[in-house]
Amino acid sequence: MQLALSPEEAALLAGASGEGAAMAMRLVCDSARLLGAKSLVSVQSAHIDGALYHGDSGTLFAERLVAMGARAGVRATLNVGALDLTGCSTNRLPAHEREMARRLMRAYLSIGCEPTWTCAPYQAGHRPGIGTDVAWGESNAVVFCNSVLGARTNRYGDYLDIACAITGKAPRTGLHLPENRLARFVFDVSALPVELQHEESFWPVTGSLYGRLAGEAVGVVTGLAVMPDEDRLKAFGAAAASSGGVGLFHMAGVTPEAPDAQTALAMQPPLETMKISPEDFRAQLLAMATVKDAGHIDAIAIGSPHLSFAEFSRLAGLIAGRKLAVPFYACTGRHVLGLLEQGNLRSTLEASGITIVVDTCVVVTPIMADLPSGVLMTNSGKFAHYAPGNTGYGVVFGSLADCVESAIKARVVHG
Amino acid sequence: MAESPGFLQISGGERQTAPVLVAGTGGRAAGMALDAPISFWGGVDPSTSRIVDVRHPQHGQMIAGTVLLLPGTIGSSSASAVLLELIHRNIAPAALVLHEPDAILLLGILVAREMGWPHPPAFKLAREHQPEFARQEIAFGCG
Repeated sequence: MQLALSPEEAALLAGASGEGAAMAMRLVCDSARLLGAKSLVSVQSAHIDGALYHGDSGTLFAERLVAMGARAGVRATLNVGALDLTGCSTNRLPAHEREMARRLMRAYLSIGCEPTWTCAPYQAGHRPGIGTDVAWGESNAVVFCNSVLGARTNRYGDYLDIACAITGKAPRTGLHLPENRLARFVFDVSALPVELQHEESFWPVTGSLYGRLAGEAVGVVTGLAVMPDEDRLKAFGAAAASSGGVGLFHMAGVTPEAPDAQTALAMQPPLETMKISPEDFRAQLLAMATVKDAGHIDAIAIGSPHLSFAEFSRLAGLIAGRKLAVPFYACTGRHVLGLLEQGNLRSTLEASGITIVVDTCVVVTPIMADLPSGVLMTNSGKFAHYAPGNTGYGVVFGSLADCVESAIKARVVHG
Repeated sequence: MAESPGFLQISGGERQTAPVLVAGTGGRAAGMALDAPISFWGGVDPSTSRIVDVRHPQHGQMIAGTVLLLPGTIGSSSASAVLLELIHRNIAPAALVLHEPDAILLLGILVAREMGWPHPPAFKLAREHQPEFARQEIAFGCG
């Protein structure tokens, strides 16, 4: 299939803006051909997942871009790195890895990306408008960007994200095309009791269930009796993007492309209607945990995606000045840290025993103690999904209130 | 580039054409068909190639040096970073066989090519045909 390039795009590819931009353009064009795109689309911003250290290869690639003179051509925010540059938390990365992780973070700043270091850029002032084409990485940010903001992005993996940021171009395919954004199935939660929908855990649990059933298909959630706030949409989307390949969901009456289910479905009958039963919900709730009947817990982790200031306020309210008996990690971005410091919330939380983790999080870098059969409790569908593989901890799932009470009593408490 | 012909051949069997998604070094290796989709990030340890997702049916197995047949890929957008690191450490699969092109994962191979590192090829093969190649000795090449 031929990929048609505009004169401006062809010039980029030929090196008119330097060797770094040409290499980035080759990656964009090769990806476009792989995806069967016939042309490229101009993007207005990027969110870059590539600055997280997974090994020396990523650092070598970023430094190659810097050496070739590559610069971001559009606004580019950065996802988490492997280091907490604010010093709020410490990690156990060995010296070589720490140095390579630092070099990686520095290289992305040299390319002209913003030091946001958060997986919730949409709560740190990076909010592209409805219908805008952008190139975002980090699966939870992608699903929020598409679903809640109504901007248009595919799930840009590491290295394509920075290539799009440098060139300002992306393959014109997938969720950039309006016809691919329509819902094909209905995920009906009307059989789930209203009291359940009011619970915080409803959102990550139904999100995980949605992701497992949807795979990569676009669906519309119907039957909600509760209007979710942004933090709940954040939890739903992150869980859905972890358990499945979800890049976009609609919620009837909630998200911008779904004023109602019929609009999201473009007036077409759905290919399938999944009626979620209370038994389905209970089964998914059980499946969030990898450890059954855990007596003790070794740590609590929250903040995947990164906590908002509102979530920290709730946390402080639930702790109410009490002392925590096990390590409790609360992950966030520096956009929230400043607010925590202004209101003395940081010192209050730290006095209770909370470790605030900034710029990074506990499943991407070794912050928690190395415990081969440790048990971690979380309220995050995404942490529940990734913690066992990335940290070696088994997981127990509960609400934020459950996490706080469990941390105080040093054993699993479900409210 | 996306649809040039390559081949997969079970030892002693017939040569089967498979579209080349990304060209790479041809060779011969044992087939490993994944029983469930996998997320490379969080699912595969980039320093050992071991499947570390405890919920995956092949948890504990190594993917290094195999013809890895993937019925699907899920989850994080860091899959490409994990694949690039496996390639850089010489512990990547010898070849990847995908049900459909996954641009996130394959970026790992495209970047390896830009860096001038030897890298595996990737082929396209429908997931219903993938189990035939499990545990077989497979020769593969890019036409």
